[in-house]
Amino acid sequence: MAMTRKKRRIMFLAAGALAMTGATALAVVGFRESIVFFMPPAELLAKAPGPEQRLRVGGMVVEGSVVRGQGETVRFTLTDYEGSVEVAFAGVLPDLFSEGQGAVAEGYFREGRFEAREVLAKHDEKYMPRNVADTLKTPPPGT
Amino acid sequence: MIAELGHFALILAFAVSIAGSVAPLYGAHRGWSDWMTLATPAATALFALVCLSFAALTWSFVTSDFSVRLVVANSHSLKPMIYKIAGVWGNHEGSLLLWVLMLALFGAMVAAFGRNIPTGLKARALGVQSLIACGFIAFMLFTSNPFERLFPAPFDGADLNPLLQDPGLAFHPPFLYLGYVGLSMAFSFAAAALIEGRVDAAWARWVRPWALAAWAALTVGIGLGSWWAYYELGWGGFWFWDPVENASFMPWLAAIALLHSAIVVEKRSSLKNWTILMAILAFSLSLLGTFIVRSGVLDSVHAFAVDPERGVFILLLLVVAIGGSLALYAWRAPSLKSEGVFAPVSRESGLILNNLLMMSSCGVVFAGTMAPLVREALTGAKISVGAPFFDLAFTPFMVLLAIALPLGAMTPWKRGDAGKVLSKLWWAAAAALGAGALVWGVQTGTSPAAPIAMALAAWVALGVAAEIAERAKVGSAPLAENWRRLARAPRADWGKWVAHFGLGVTIWGVAAITAWTVEDIRVARPGESFALGAYEVTFDGVTRAQGPNYVYERGEFHVYRDGVQVAHVYPEKRIYTETRTPTPTTEAGIDNGFTRDLYLVLGDPQVGTGGVPTGAWAVRAYVKPFANWIWGGAILMALGGCLSLTDRRYRVGAPTRAAQAHAAMAPAE
Repeated sequence: MAMTRKKRRIMFLAAGALAMTGATALAVVGFRESIVFFMPPAELLAKAPGPEQRLRVGGMVVEGSVVRGQGETVRFTLTDYEGSVEVAFAGVLPDLFSEGQGAVAEGYFREGRFEAREVLAKHDEKYMPRNVADTLKTPPPGT
Repeated sequence: MIAELGHFALILAFAVSIAGSVAPLYGAHRGWSDWMTLATPAATALFALVCLSFAALTWSFVTSDFSVRLVVANSHSLKPMIYKIAGVWGNHEGSLLLWVLMLALFGAMVAAFGRNIPTGLKARALGVQSLIACGFIAFMLFTSNPFERLFPAPFDGADLNPLLQDPGLAFHPPFLYLGYVGLSMAFSFAAAALIEGRVDAAWARWVRPWALAAWAALTVGIGLGSWWAYYELGWGGFWFWDPVENASFMPWLAAIALLHSAIVVEKRSSLKNWTILMAILAFSLSLLGTFIVRSGVLDSVHAFAVDPERGVFILLLLVVAIGGSLALYAWRAPSLKSEGVFAPVSRESGLILNNLLMMSSCGVVFAGTMAPLVREALTGAKISVGAPFFDLAFTPFMVLLAIALPLGAMTPWKRGDAGKVLSKLWWAAAAALGAGALVWGVQTGTSPAAPIAMALAAWVALGVAAEIAERAKVGSAPLAENWRRLARAPRADWGKWVAHFGLGVTIWGVAAITAWTVEDIRVARPGESFALGAYEVTFDGVTRAQGPNYVYERGEFHVYRDGVQVAHVYPEKRIYTETRTPTPTTEAGIDNGFTRDLYLVLGDPQVGTGGVPTGAWAVRAYVKPFANWIWGGAILMALGGCLSLTDRRYRVGAPTRAAQAHAAMAPAE
């Protein structure tokens, strides 16, 4: 049975609607389950989210705070000049991660410390993570 | 002097692009053939001028002319020559010039090879192409002039970001841009067809080569980017669902939809409206990708430049191009009539299913990519959408696609018989299920992902085998006849088989690396051995030395399996010394294998109390199973596209040449 143009259009629309519904449903469920909020250190300390909530914290890496070479975990402090949080990370720091520069850590806030699963750093001389730039309260002293 | 010449050529190109769009479009509207024929020389002249401009910029980089600001910011006299050249497009201004160069190249190719395209259609398509070029050249001249001088000229440059000094990334942008911009040609043809109000099989034959070439180039570009991330970023991740990656992935998905629906227009004169829409969407997504990358509106690990003014300009281009073309579509598309009729079980329906799955998955990626922007605009909350979202929302569509692919590819045009199709594929299905069960039995752990993905990968690959067997009439004809039939199969069909097989290979690689990666992070002393999965790794020590523009520390590792040495791996930590501040990079040591990669990374040297080095190093080691299959599959997909491209039926200007070829090579069939 070859289909008439009208029937074919109906089939086309029905299939399209089905695909749209599927995509929307998946997207909605996905958003509910896996959205990650970004906050600066001060907000993180104020809100103190639960240990199972995955989130991102971003700020400047405090000069002199990076502890490398003490086992496989690297520690450093992120600050937005209002609050500071210590970050622990067992992994490969991005090559352009360095003290006095912006960085974003993704992971969990547990027992007053941030356990990072992933660390993102700026990519070139010009680039500062936009979320970090937006949330920095005061410029670094002395600049 | 050379830089001024380049700048001047670019200004001339701007003028030519205006003439090359206004004259042909208006001429076609009024039916003035002399104005229409202006399109061809204009497209050629535009290409020549942009070429000159690009050559001038390349010259400035090659000779390290530090009176040009862009060269100062991105180059250094000591840099190896290949990266001096790659430095031309390793920055915002230069990459835009490359964008326009590709755009002009495609226009010039249509002008040169499209002799038998009807004058009206050709004039309009080239006119639209020229209009796009005009927008981008204006963008460059007004906000991002690559030829800006610097006075006084500094003694040396700031060097290219060391992460970008890598062969994989040197060629990543050209391919990506070839893909993005190739889609502009399909877009221009679609806009021209809308203005003309006519779409026919011949139109689809002119559009398909451009869409195919663009898609194949995008495949290579995305593959190179992913490969670079895998070996350069130091932990073997191959895909991050990062906004910039998604920006290239969305046009790729849309291009697949376009390729497949254009087949229906060509063979069956159906789905015309839809195909036009796909052509518009594919290029719109390319523009959106450019906007995302170039404006830095989305936080991305790949964003290299952030500048609000430029963002606004690109947004404007985006709105005009997408809004204009969609308005044109809404106005003119209803006049395009589709003719072919088909049954619910038919190749046409299969291709529609392909399109729906591609566009739905593309929609999901779009939602995930844009959500942070929308959410922040609406509520002010800053969020990021990462891999978990995409794994959940994107994967189901790919699973459905993999299930449907062999079925649809086997179904005949117009009307198919589901029973017959299944009877040709039952053995492939049985073998695929068997393979899945085998993996389930062998693997340690209980993740169902790998067995399912194995079954799907085998199903796609064996489906191709079944199709080839069907074409060759294996079993029902003598062997010699089998071979003859295969040798006579059109290149386009071979392209389809190779590309579909490649998809199977990539699915398998992705599933294996996701399910079975073995990871180990530890502190190791020289001489120490440790177990890594089925392997035994020995750390021999670290040596220091000097490279061309960096110093490095190189770790030496031996890897054994069952007491036999299987690999010798040298991960490095480099410090690039010619940049403004010395920049460290991590070079993973990778032993590539057919079924696994051994991936070792040197971490920080350990220090004891008082900052005294203890001689031990942090070491990260991974076994990445079937890693190379991911990119191997991508190469096969691109190869399939190229094979199909060489099919003489699709060659630009095909009818005349094919006719001559036939006359010369007769007797045919």
